[in-house]
Amino acid sequence: MITVKELTKRYARNTAVDHISFEVEKGQIVGFLGPNGAGKTTTMRILTCFLPPTSGSATVAGFDVLEQPLEVKKRIGYLPETPPLYLEMRTDEYLTFVGKLKGLSGSELRQRVDAVCERCAVTDVKKKLLGKLSKGYRQRVGLAQAIIHNPEVLILDEPTAGLDPKQINETRDLIKGLAGDHTIILSTHILPEVEQTCQQVIIIDKGKLVATDSVNNLQSRARGAETVLVEVAGRNGEIDSAAVQRRLEKVTGVSRVVFKEKRQNRNIFEVESQKNLFARGDLARAVVESGWDLNELRATAVSLEKVFLQLTGGQAAAPAEETAANGARE
Amino acid sequence: MKNVMIICRKELRSYFVSPIAYLLLTMFAVIMGFFFWNALGYFVFMGIESQMRGEMFPMNVNEQVIRPLLSNMSVIGLFLIPMITMRLFAEEKRTGTIELLATSPVRDIEIILGKWLAAVVLYGCILLLTALNFIFLFKYGNPDWKPLAIGYLGLLLQAAALLAIGTFISTLTKNQIIAGAATFGVCLLLWVLEWVSGYETATWAQVLSYMSVITHFESFAKGVINTKDTVFYVTLTFLGLFFTARSMESLRWRS
Repeated sequence: MITVKELTKRYARNTAVDHISFEVEKGQIVGFLGPNGAGKTTTMRILTCFLPPTSGSATVAGFDVLEQPLEVKKRIGYLPETPPLYLEMRTDEYLTFVGKLKGLSGSELRQRVDAVCERCAVTDVKKKLLGKLSKGYRQRVGLAQAIIHNPEVLILDEPTAGLDPKQINETRDLIKGLAGDHTIILSTHILPEVEQTCQQVIIIDKGKLVATDSVNNLQSRARGAETVLVEVAGRNGEIDSAAVQRRLEKVTGVSRVVFKEKRQNRNIFEVESQKNLFARGDLARAVVESGWDLNELRATAVSLEKVFLQLTGGQAAAPAEETAANGARE
Repeated sequence: MKNVMIICRKELRSYFVSPIAYLLLTMFAVIMGFFFWNALGYFVFMGIESQMRGEMFPMNVNEQVIRPLLSNMSVIGLFLIPMITMRLFAEEKRTGTIELLATSPVRDIEIILGKWLAAVVLYGCILLLTALNFIFLFKYGNPDWKPLAIGYLGLLLQAAALLAIGTFISTLTKNQIIAGAATFGVCLLLWVLEWVSGYETATWAQVLSYMSVITHFESFAKGVINTKDTVFYVTLTFLGLFFTARSMESLRWRS
């Protein structure tokens, strides 16, 4: 559906996008991931024909963004980082205006306006001025605007930025609901978002493509080793954390034990073992035979955060902090 | 063409839901009302004077009331232009709605024409309101309507040209105030350029004077459609819109 080949965008002083190539298949949700200033917005703006590329090519639904921009624009719905709203308009007026711009008219236009209001849950603010709407509603009207002409491709630039947790969940559900009929590219620097909503990830950093793969593959790629979370409790009161750690380290196949936290008399450890050795049974036995209680033992999926850090190297420190902050907000 | 009308209607709507349109309409109507009252008062005074002296001056409503009023309108119009055009693109750039327009299946030129047309229509409305003054002249006097109509045509042509320039300037910045101030400066300069012809007759002075928008209005005020002057306004309009189009294109390459 979308093909990008050797795409480059240079500004006077810096290169925002540097020879990026990727493909997106029909009906997929693709997460476009990268720290701030990585070139996500620039790439999206090129795909929506807002900016022309310096070199390379991009085609959407078979049309080149430089050769046939009007055909591309007809097939794309775009939600920029700040929803492009005319604050002096009412919701329905605004959606009608955008619908007309996208080439709808008559009864079809009215139907679409009603349909997208319904879909994006903005029916109750249809007659309100956009300037009076809350941030969450504005974002939803922005999304409604992007899907008004039922485009084949949806491009969403940080659709959940600046929303509260409830709104973030609603927006994510909305986006997931749109998949299937639409091919969706959404950019974000929040990792859990990609894990939750996307099937495929494109990671870019400093304008360069770092990785493009399915979410599952990326997770297992970083997993090389299996990670297990072990919660151990003492039978009567206190427990010697160091002793437990030493005992766990002796289990065959275990390569590393990290003490995570201590809650009263319970200790939580993260145990890494070589893949396919299935050290879990041995771990359980070791704990129980040493006279401790095994409260919990579970394999943890490696978060994309780790993959991200591995792939982007030290540069990812800043966005990782941000991600942590965002995670905390969630 | 359909897209031009969609944009134009949207722009007109935002003029008329905000106080801008009403402010401009009122301001211009009040100022021109005062000018009209003044011109008429002077005309009546001259009439009585000539009777008292027993000499008959040739009195003519067209020459002594309508023509100076049209000239006044063309100058005062210069002050309204920046207030009409300053928000056209600067506002869209500031709020980011330009991204919506630029990623919709419409051509740049359709966006520009729509916005410019809305500005011309608003200016037309402002002019129309002043026409109420002249109705009194037709009620109590017997002026020739043709010079008046031609004068209004000239006003509209002049405004169309200046509005195109203002639209261009509005694409250059995100800040409405800067766009407005720059447009005001250019309008003012295009007015005072003719002053050099008062003391200098060299070629450069003639060129400068020719570039003044006010010089070209004189024939319209007299009630004459001069091809040269019409061509000047139309060329200026095209030039303004052409630069706007180029500026929008460069916006895409730069930003």
